[in-house]
Amino acid sequence: MAFNLYYYAAPATFYGLAGRLIPWFAWGSAVLAAIGLYIGFFVAPTDFQQGEAYRVIFIHVPAAWMGMFIYLVMAFWSAIGLAFKTRLSFMMARALAPTGAMFTFISLWTGALWGKPMWGTWWVWDARLTSTLILLFLYIGILALWAAIDDRNRGDKAGALLTLIGAVNVPIIYFSVQWWNTLHQGASIKPSGTSMDEIMLAGMLIMAAAAWFYAIAAALTRVRTIILERERHTDWVKRILEQ
Amino acid sequence: MLRFTLTVIRRDLLLAARRRGDWITSQFFFVMVVSMFPLGIGADPNILRMIGPGVVWVAALLASLLSLSRLFADDHRDGSLEQMLLSPEPTVLLTLGKALAHWLIYGIPLLIITPVLGIQFALPGEAILILVVSLLIGTPILSLLGSVGAALTLGLRGGGVLLTLLILPLYVPALIFGASAVDATLAGTGAEAHLSLLAAFLVMCLLISPWVAAAALRVSVE
Repeated sequence: MAFNLYYYAAPATFYGLAGRLIPWFAWGSAVLAAIGLYIGFFVAPTDFQQGEAYRVIFIHVPAAWMGMFIYLVMAFWSAIGLAFKTRLSFMMARALAPTGAMFTFISLWTGALWGKPMWGTWWVWDARLTSTLILLFLYIGILALWAAIDDRNRGDKAGALLTLIGAVNVPIIYFSVQWWNTLHQGASIKPSGTSMDEIMLAGMLIMAAAAWFYAIAAALTRVRTIILERERHTDWVKRILEQ
Repeated sequence: MLRFTLTVIRRDLLLAARRRGDWITSQFFFVMVVSMFPLGIGADPNILRMIGPGVVWVAALLASLLSLSRLFADDHRDGSLEQMLLSPEPTVLLTLGKALAHWLIYGIPLLIITPVLGIQFALPGEAILILVVSLLIGTPILSLLGSVGAALTLGLRGGGVLLTLLILPLYVPALIFGASAVDATLAGTGAEAHLSLLAAFLVMCLLISPWVAAAALRVSVE
């Protein structure tokens, strides 16, 4: 069967596709995370500069990547949804947001755990830390807006507009924060510039893949619930629910 | 087309002139928030000079959000907003006019009050001048970006707090450039670069915000 994009843009058909894909991504994520964590904790050598504490990067870096990347994907679905008025796009944006916020929070949290032994402090107003914090604020704003709007159609479009104007702003925020930071305290603290060991990099990339798979599985599970909720008046949902 | 925007501005100014209590509240809010900081931190002029620009800027952000929550709400309640949306003129001109009117009503008085607050924070004359200039360039940004948030949260439960959650992160560049301009003046390195970036951000907001606000307004009212 050829993959027809328009065919799967309909919630009814996508529901089935998502149901078949979820186990693959969920199990893939579990297996990859197991391999990645094994490499991270047992195979990867101790860093000569940072000791054992560097091992937090196996969770921290993938989480930070996902936090940023999921926002971009949300902006993409929001733009598609506003341009073509496809129902599924808004549902995808809604399904992605909680996972993105979670990864952003994890990256801040693990970053603090790493910062304490490395920098001697839980938090510095470093450019990257600050812009990640503001990214978390953007996620929270979008989630709060969706929570406040009862009307589904209005909530979809309002959230999409906010996501897009946030996406335009993110580079400016990052740039302004970086500039502000260098202006005030200079580049006093930087992560060590050691080039990474190959096995460390492999472990981190495997963990990143695990985070990807998890994000896809979580978003698909959530979008299935949203589809059922929104299409509950249709016959195909009634048939599914009767089974 | 321009006449439509001017009509919107004139109408809002007239309404503000008839109901002075409404907008004076946010000006007093601005003064009071700024005045609370020395009470909480202490009266050491060196510390006050250091935090002054940032405090004035943060208070300006909060005061703008306080008044923005009502930008479209009053017109929405009495139905005149729907009539304006039904008019053949583009909605962009309506949101642009609304944002500019908001800036005239809320931003200009802020600029007049600021020098007094600067003296309270022991800022030298040159720094006060730059603070006023940075607010002159920066407060239209607050009105323009805020109009997007006001349109998105129109008629929602707890709209005011929600507006703060949505819009404060977007204000970050304005806050940084604006407060840094004054800091740079105090440090003697010159504020031109900061003010130029602030102006660039203003131009970008001017180009984007009215369109997004118009789209949001249509979503909220339909």
